[in-house]
Amino acid sequence: MTLRPRIGVVVGWLPPFVVFALVVGLWEGLVRALHVQQFLLPKPSTIISVFWTQRHVLWPAGWYTFKEALGGFAIGSGAGVVAATVVGRFRTAGQALMPIFIAANAVPIIAFAPIFGAWFNPIQPQSKMAIAAVLCFLPVMVNTLRGLQSARPRQVELMRSYAASELEIWRRVRVPTALPFLFTALKVASVLSMIGAIVGEYFGGAMNALGVTINTDAQIFQFDAAWAGILVASLLGIALYGAVVLAERLIVRWSPEARAS
Amino acid sequence: MSEVTATPAVVRVEGVTKTFPRGYVTALENIELEIAPREFVSLIGPSGCGKSTLLRVIGDLIEPTAGTVRVNGKSARQARRDGDYGIVFQEAVLYDWRSIAKNIALPLEMLGWSRQRRRERVAEMLDLVELTSFADHHPWQLSGGMQQRVAIARALSFEPSLLLMDEPFGALDEMTRERLNLELLSIWEQTGNSVVFVTHSISEAVFLSSRVVVMSPRPGRIAGVVEIDLPHPRTVDTREASRFFELVTEVRELLRMRGEHLLPEEEAVLE
Repeated sequence: MTLRPRIGVVVGWLPPFVVFALVVGLWEGLVRALHVQQFLLPKPSTIISVFWTQRHVLWPAGWYTFKEALGGFAIGSGAGVVAATVVGRFRTAGQALMPIFIAANAVPIIAFAPIFGAWFNPIQPQSKMAIAAVLCFLPVMVNTLRGLQSARPRQVELMRSYAASELEIWRRVRVPTALPFLFTALKVASVLSMIGAIVGEYFGGAMNALGVTINTDAQIFQFDAAWAGILVASLLGIALYGAVVLAERLIVRWSPEARAS
Repeated sequence: MSEVTATPAVVRVEGVTKTFPRGYVTALENIELEIAPREFVSLIGPSGCGKSTLLRVIGDLIEPTAGTVRVNGKSARQARRDGDYGIVFQEAVLYDWRSIAKNIALPLEMLGWSRQRRRERVAEMLDLVELTSFADHHPWQLSGGMQQRVAIARALSFEPSLLLMDEPFGALDEMTRERLNLELLSIWEQTGNSVVFVTHSISEAVFLSSRVVVMSPRPGRIAGVVEIDLPHPRTVDTREASRFFELVTEVRELLRMRGEHLLPEEEAVLE
């Protein structure tokens, strides 16, 4: 495109970047000035250097965990979309299932992590995928359903006046209406899937998994390494989130968020 | 029973009654109405007089409790299936995810027109409502008046024999409304379809119509019909003609006779 939107993007990103730099700078300065002990809070510079020196351990571990999160994200979100479609299409199914889903939503799923470990082999990635999938399922399901039900009555009425079948109304009105809702949910789910995978690994997992690495490092007081692990987890979480945002920009080009860019 | 009429009616409403299941409202009671080809008929009346309900019954969006509606000699349902209706609501009801051109093309897609034929017709319609340069825009980029013009273009795109308009300019400012009134009239003269037009505005009804049907509420009935004999084509000057004021007064008297006042902010909230 032309130059103007690019300048707009730079200007838009500048304030958060400045704030981020300030926070990191302040962190570094305060830790040095107050002589904070390493195990309480390492300096950002220390974390970065460990992040670099241990890259051969951290990145494969991160990738291993990321794949678990991604698998769980795909399975949970896919199931959420399917469930929302079924519940939205058949009223009776909705009446039977929605109260259960809403009640289940209030359950702290992460509490089940040790159980999942027992159901699947805790060393295998499946148990972490299961946790991530269960965490992703409900927000995707609930939001997609709300989206499918948000078509404006007049838009449906107008389609009826064109003698459109229910299937056509579904395809041409309900699904496009639901897409912005779906992407909102996928953004939440992308974050939840990383949380699910890592917390799952805290209860036991493969030796080369990021959650296990962070947990072990913390137990043997290598807090700088634990922090570096957290940094890897954060970067991967942001990457997944960013991928969802990118897909949203490409697919939902008519939404208010797309308008801003 | 089956007399042969010289000009077959586009719409024939016979003994239509509509009561809503909630019980206490009789939205329409024993409505009789005939609309000839090329006629522009306005339905006017206060809240709850059932004018929007009548429009929806004609368009087969609501089923009457009793009575029949024939459109082009067919049942309303068949007419809907045949694509005899072009409908415009108070809101433009555009599909946000479709460009302006694709919004206009939607009914054509539903009717199975080929891509080439769709493209030609959309170009024609965009030209008609003077929005050619906005073809690839999305609805949110257009003003309310422009959106309503898109809705009109879409309703006309498949050449329906009957245009049903439910307060199409009700949400627009006075100046835009008057301009679109003129535009609608010139389109109507070009295309030659019949129009049923629901409005709250007496002057709008008189200015546009060949006939104004005045309705009264509780239960919804036809209180009277005013023939509008203003000459065509109607222009800005029509609104200043003395005959225009006489007709406006006539409609107003009919409304007042029913002891009802017409408020611009009133809305039919029966649906």
